[in-house]
Amino acid sequence: MKARTTRGSGLGYLYVAPALVVYAAFLLYPLGRSVQLSFYDWDGLTLGRWVGLANYADVLTDDGLRGAFGHALVLIVFYALVPLCVGLVLASILNRAKVRGLPFFRTVVFLPQVVAAVVIAVAWRRIYAPDGPLNSLLHTVGLGSLARAWLGEYDAALPAVGFVGTWFETGLVTVLLLAGASRISPELYEAVRLDGAGPVREFFAVTLPSVRGEVAVALTLTVIAALRTFDLVYVTTRGGPGTSTSVPSYEVYHRAFELGKVGSAAAVGVCLTVVIFAISLAITRVGDRDATS
Amino acid sequence: MISRAERSANYAILALFAVFALAPIGTVLVTALGPDDASNGGGIANFARAFGAGHFGTYLRMSLLVSVFVVTVSAVLSILSGFALGTMRFRGSTVLFYVFLLGIMMPSEAIVVPLYFDLRALGLTDTFWAVALPQVAQSVAFGTFWMRAFFRTSSRTLVEAARLDGAAPRTILWRVLVPVARPAVTTLVVLTFMWTWNEFLIPLVMVTAEGLRTAPLGLAFFQGQHTQGFTLLAAGAVIVATPVVALYLFLQRQFIAGMLGGAVRE
Repeated sequence: MKARTTRGSGLGYLYVAPALVVYAAFLLYPLGRSVQLSFYDWDGLTLGRWVGLANYADVLTDDGLRGAFGHALVLIVFYALVPLCVGLVLASILNRAKVRGLPFFRTVVFLPQVVAAVVIAVAWRRIYAPDGPLNSLLHTVGLGSLARAWLGEYDAALPAVGFVGTWFETGLVTVLLLAGASRISPELYEAVRLDGAGPVREFFAVTLPSVRGEVAVALTLTVIAALRTFDLVYVTTRGGPGTSTSVPSYEVYHRAFELGKVGSAAAVGVCLTVVIFAISLAITRVGDRDATS
Repeated sequence: MISRAERSANYAILALFAVFALAPIGTVLVTALGPDDASNGGGIANFARAFGAGHFGTYLRMSLLVSVFVVTVSAVLSILSGFALGTMRFRGSTVLFYVFLLGIMMPSEAIVVPLYFDLRALGLTDTFWAVALPQVAQSVAFGTFWMRAFFRTSSRTLVEAARLDGAAPRTILWRVLVPVARPAVTTLVVLTFMWTWNEFLIPLVMVTAEGLRTAPLGLAFFQGQHTQGFTLLAAGAVIVATPVVALYLFLQRQFIAGMLGGAVRE
């Protein structure tokens, strides 16, 4: 270790300095300012008024804000849990038999990840439109009674937005789990098969324990993506109808730049950040502990 | 042991899932090429008409400028800081690493509110810099993490050898390490390009002048104004998505490896 020490340790600082200056000025400092602003009642124009923790109390008590965080939980189910279940099933099925064309498949199912969220939102807004492809499809297969204005009805809008997340996260999760499953030694499978295990026991005894690390990574990526949903909601529903699809990210924007509740917006942003840090830390911890045990 | 039936079933599942992933994208593409509501023929001409009606030339130019600036500056800064944190030991280097790590997980929502009001006080909102510099900071956080990991794991012996030859750190970095780090740098560049090109919240908040809108922002506004029919909107969506998708088709390995490895893991 000593050998890696460079004489004149000032040099290290010199190399880090440019990155650190930009990073501190445009990320760390604003983060600190967010915390500061969150203690004020401020409309963005006149003088702010110190309100202490009132904005944070609002996050816990205000119906609109509690609703927004509740919607984020629903989105986590759609963005993280559903893709994880589908991905696990797909990966274990596909891993049993070697199939050709996996690289092509990987390219295709990963594609939604690189398309701009605004473009995805425009596409799905069309798909969900009252005269859009989804309703036409339902009518064609005789399920016309299910057709509705997907993004315009209170009960349908949040699941509809969430399903878009399922659509673009399932590919990512499956690719990740397939990579993990392909590293499992075939002898492990042969061993449990000799014990007379069926596909289900095979899955729980071999596949699932072997891809724990990948499950942790997949959950981290998708849960954070769910909590950060902004573009999709902004373009498809603007939080509506009513506040039925409002999420924390959208509340930050809406409160700061449309309602003139800057302090409240900052408090929501700070809470969202804390939740994201806590969740990613927890998932990483659990993943690591499982991997070493 | 694996029956033929199971193998065919696997292909069926693959095909079904691929169709599911492609269908929404396909819907947009087909609509963009189809006849529009005024029955003006359709086909490739739709793109030209969307380009004119939606002012996409201006937006694409802004997106390109921002992306090139953010990618170049953040790559250079990340290589420098990743080199220091990955190969040198100095007081506070571990703390600094964790400070940068913080920035990877930090959502834009945490900073965008004070950033807007502070930049407004400085008269910097509605400028190129208000869109680009915050994104440099975000990209530098990931870039430092990414380059440090590379320099730490794969180049210790190279660094030792060059050091024994009496090479200065600067020479070691640019002459020895960066050529070896080409794959890592490529991944960093394509990811930063994608994130910058697709970014929506920062330009939405920072910019009101039409000439400074980025492509995704322009598309969102185009959707707001252009409520008649979907053909031109679909064409606009294709225009906005194409640069990143084209790059992805050429460098998919780097995209996939980077996005999966970008999860915070040591």
